Order: sequence, then C-alpha cells, then structure tokens
Amino acid sequence: MLLEVRDLHVEFHTRDGVAKAVNGVNYTVEAGETLAVLGESGSGKSVTAQAVMGILDIPPGKIAGGEILFKGRDLLKLKEDEWRKLRGSGMAMIFQDALSALNPVLTVGDQLGEMFTVHRGMSRKDARAKAVELMDRVRIPAARERVRQYPHQFSGGMRQRIMIAMALALEPDLIIADEPTTALDVTVQAQVMELLAELQREYNMGLILITHDLGVVADVADKIAVMYAGRIVETAPVHDIYKAPAHPYTRGLLESIPRLDQKGQELYAIKGLPPNLTRIPPGCAFNPRCPLARDVCRTDEPPLYEVSRTRRSACHFWEEALRG
Amino acid sequence: MAETVAETAAGTAKPGEPILEVRDLYKHYPLTRGILFKKQIGAVKAVDGVDLDLMAGETLGVVGESGCGKSTLARMLVQLEQPTSGTIRYKGEDITRLSGRALKAVRRNIQMVFQDPYTSLNPRMTVGDIIGEPFDIHPEVAPKGDRRRRVQELLDVVGLNPEYINRYPHQFSGGQRQRIGIARGLALNPEIIICDEPVSALDVSVQAQVINLLAALQSEFRLSYVFIAHDLSIVRHISDRVGVMYLGRIVELGRDAEIYDHPTHPYTQALLSAVPVPDPEAREHRERIILTGDVPSPTNIPSGCRFRTRCWKAQHRCEVEVPLLAVPEHLRPLGGPVLHPSACHFADEKHVVPGQEGGTGEGSSGNRE
Repeated sequence: MLLEVRDLHVEFHTRDGVAKAVNGVNYTVEAGETLAVLGESGSGKSVTAQAVMGILDIPPGKIAGGEILFKGRDLLKLKEDEWRKLRGSGMAMIFQDALSALNPVLTVGDQLGEMFTVHRGMSRKDARAKAVELMDRVRIPAARERVRQYPHQFSGGMRQRIMIAMALALEPDLIIADEPTTALDVTVQAQVMELLAELQREYNMGLILITHDLGVVADVADKIAVMYAGRIVETAPVHDIYKAPAHPYTRGLLESIPRLDQKGQELYAIKGLPPNLTRIPPGCAFNPRCPLARDVCRTDEPPLYEVSRTRRSACHFWEEALRG
Repeated sequence: MAETVAETAAGTAKPGEPILEVRDLYKHYPLTRGILFKKQIGAVKAVDGVDLDLMAGETLGVVGESGCGKSTLARMLVQLEQPTSGTIRYKGEDITRLSGRALKAVRRNIQMVFQDPYTSLNPRMTVGDIIGEPFDIHPEVAPKGDRRRRVQELLDVVGLNPEYINRYPHQFSGGQRQRIGIARGLALNPEIIICDEPVSALDVSVQAQVINLLAALQSEFRLSYVFIAHDLSIVRHISDRVGVMYLGRIVELGRDAEIYDHPTHPYTQALLSAVPVPDPEAREHRERIILTGDVPSPTNIPSGCRFRTRCWKAQHRCEVEVPLLAVPEHLRPLGGPVLHPSACHFADEKHVVPGQEGGTGEGSSGNRE
C-alpha cells in the first residue's frame, strides 16, 4: 500500500466557530493507481490533500485526528525537516493555477534545476541539463532555448506542463494533482491529461486526482471517492459508479450535468446548498437536500455501508439509491 | 405578478425574425510603442469579421476557447465597447453609432449577466440597491414609490426570498449571487440578455439550478439570449443555434444538432472530441483529436485559414485563400443536417461525440441507467 489515509479529521478555527472541513476520511492509493476525489467547493477534497502533503496552514487549520500512512510511515509524526525531504522525492503536487504556483522572477530553468541542486546536490550546470531534459519529457518545444524564459512567457498549457515537469523531477511515488486542468481550455486540457496519464504509467506512480469534473474522472480514474461536507459518501471503481451510483448525492451530480450527446429538457438540480461547515446538520449531512431522506437520516449518521467488496456508500438507503 | 413584468417586455420583433443583426464586426485594439510619440505597431484582432443574427425568442450559443474574442463580442453587443468597424442592428436600426437618449433607450433593451458573481456585484450595496440601480437611470420603468415592490418581485422571480432585500452580496452563496445578477439583468424588462459565462464559476449542483432558471425566465418573459460559454455541454443544453468561434471569427454555425452531431469544421470536431464525457465506457472506444500547439496570438493571425497552423487537413490552399463562412458547395449533394455554414475548404462530416446514435437526443437521463 502506497498511501493510506485513516479516519482523518481537520478543523479550521474561525470567528464563526470551528469549521469541520474533513470529518473522518479514509482512502488508499496503490502504486500505478489513479484515485479521483470528486466533490464541490468546500467538500474537503483539497484540504485532505493538503494534509497529506503536509502543506496545511496551521493555524487556523488543525489536524484533529487520524493517521496518514505513506509506505507504512505515519506522516503526521514527521518533523519539518523530514517533511521537506519527503516532499518532491516521495510525493509531489500539481496545482490548479500554474501562474501563481510558479515564481515569476525566476526562469523556469532555475525553478526546475532547484529541485536537483537542493535535493540531489547537483551542480548548477548539471541541474540545468536536467531541466532541459525534463522539459523535453513533457514535450515543450525548443526546450534548450525556452529553459531561460520566465513563466509569463509561456501559455497556460505550457505552464501546466512545467508544473508537471517539476512534480516529476525527482520521480516521486505519489502525485497529487489538484484540479490540474480546470483553468485550461478543453483542447489543451486533453493534451495535458494525456501527458499526465502517460507519465504515470511510465513511472508507475500513484495519482490522486482532485476534481469537480465528472468527465475528467470518467476519462482517467481507476476508482472514485465522492466527498460531501468533509466526508466520503461513496467509493467505488469508476465503471460501477457511472452505471449505478449508490448514494443520492452522486446520483444527483451525475444527473445534473448537461450532456454533449443529447439535448435534454429541464436539468435535474439538487435542491438547496451545501451546508455551512461550522453547522453541519446532524445525522446525514446531505439529508436536507436528499430526495430519499427519512427520520433516521436526520438523527443517525450513516456509516460507510458495504455495497460490494469494492464499493461503499454512506447512505442508510443505499439499496434504494442503487435502484434509482 | 409575473404578468406585470412580462407586459412591457413583449417586443415588436416577432418570433423567428432577427432582433439583432451583426454584420462584418471588427474590434482591433491598437498596440503602440513609445510614450510621447505613440506609433502603432500592430493590433490585437479580438473580433475579426463576425456576422451573426439573433432571432427573437431564441438562444444563440457562442463557444470557443479563451482568447477567441467571445467576450469582446458580448461587450460590443451591449455597447460597452465600440466596434472598430461593422454594424450591429437592433430591430433594423444600427446601434453602433448611437449616443445620448437613443443609446440609453437601446441599452435598456439589451442587458448583460456577467461571469463572476463575486466581482460583478458591489460589496457595499445592498441587494435592493443593486437590483434597483437600473431604475435610477431609467426611472420610467419603475416610479420612485414602486421600486421596493418591484425589486422584491424580481427577487421572487429569480427564486430568492424577497425578505433578503436589505442583505449584502457577501451574505449569499455563489449561485444566489448569480441569481442577483440575473435579477438586475431583468430589472428593465429587456428583450435581449447577453450571458457571458453565467455559470462557469458555479459548482455542478448549483449550475443546474441557474441554467434551469435562465430557461424558465426565457419562456416566461419571451427573452432572446446570447449565451457565451466555453463548456460545450452546457451550450448544447440551452441553445437553439450555436456558433463556434476561433481567433475572432465564427468558423461554424448551425442548429445544435447540426453542430454537435454533424460538425464539418475540423476545429469544431477537435473541440468536441476533446470534451471529457462522463462515461468511463466511452474512453476505450473513442477517437480523440488532440490538437498540437496553442491558439496563435491574435496580434499575428495566420494567413488564409486562421486554423491551418493546428489543422491536420491543412494544405497549400488553406495558406493562401481565406475560407468564408458559408454552406460548403461540395457537401450540397448530401443534404440534411450536414448542410450548415462552415468556414473550411475541406469541410467534411466526422462523428466525434461518443454515445450518439443518429443524434436525435431524446430523453435527458434515459440512457445512463
């Protein structure tokens, strides 16, 4: 097992009270596997990833419980210098907005090379050669010349390639990609996702893909974890979930997206809004918006029921949800 | 109550007649060098020759990637931006050279809903003031004493609690803010609403609510929409006709089924094939056209066909001859939905959207089970 997140809890202390951003999340990723974490803004998908990477803002954030096991080692017990060694070589992150994630006053060559001078103790000259090699790997044309350019001189798609190159530099075992293509146009998104999938296969890396885009998930994921109000409400292999979701929230999401191949009448819309994380409703957090909600949903928090050997659903009425 | 708002909105353009006619529209932003003696060294050709008709009561979708000029086009349609040349006729009258009272009258009828509900609402104004502000400029629509009631009516129309009239934008979620933006767009009973990426900042579950609202308002108030977005699935869902833009020009135009099920322009085909489809079964047997490179800079548009630098079909002819937006002659014998304007010398049909059978598009959730 490459990564195992066990019963993770993360809170944020705000003026309005304690926002429970992550409430008991469990997931696993194996080498070569792609886990898609799907959720809307505020569902806790990015916060979980930040905790795994050790880049959570503490305070106001606080890890209130749980374990994060990376190759068997509990990351939450690491010291800062141990973290620093692990980030980059053990696991790396690709951010949504490459323009703000890259340093605007350093050339891309310097930023890529830094990975090798700092982590591997290479000379500047060797590091520069490595940077060119990496830019070639992610298919940036004329890498030898462009290595001297600054981030603003690249297009959005090219910048995202540079981010991927940086993440891959030290050949980590795990890559976390947080909405890697959300800021890109579809034609460029297709290029970037294809590149990422190819490199993942080549290096046999684990990949956590954080996204709200059901289309991207269907394209690349092996398994899915759907998050709502800081909890995983459904996990399943990718094929099962699209065929028959076992949680009403997942079903609602799937039915509320317009389809490219058909023109529908009215779209199904999940009523209401996601809850305020300082005041998550008792029982099932989804109950105020759920078409299947009954009394038990307002009082008892549903555990992750076993739907099949590989599927779990946090719905008291998952059998009903499954039938549609 | 819906009636009172609808009454005045009923325009003189009949359904099916053009209410807005765009001809040969250009917007070039000059690029200059020097401080005292400014010398023009080029131009950003944001919109570079667009022809479009918006029919009364229809929704015209405009899709394209960032930088293709779709937002500049939108801004010219609502007179926020002066075209460099070309005409925009509203019910037959050219509105690009209007000023003063005449311009004000036209603006009342063409309103806009903006993309980002977080920056398009003034954080220091109450919702009531935001929605009621158009009445300050056009007092004839709502007399002073009547305004509060009208604003509450509008809040109700867009599905917000009328008692929220004294709240501030930060007290609302993204979807609710977009409803406020829509209420402001509706305030003056316009005939046309230009929606510039109205749902792209919203979460999936909220997106559907806002799209349904826009559709309901359209039939209630007989509105005509220009719906600009980069999300091709949403555009198909809401549009009657769709125009595909590339580098400042419309390259293909047709009814939704013509564009999505029978695209003939290579750019449209590439765009459609790149859209991730929420169906993992489709990923094994779908042909994806991966374009090489990025969109060229609008300061330096390729000669001939502007798509040729990324096109797999490009030949010498594409370099020297600009393809016009017209029904391709060589496709005429085929007939049917393939026949629609496409600006390509080698236009040809290619099925790129997976999961379609003939493209009749019936039922919205039927085949997911």
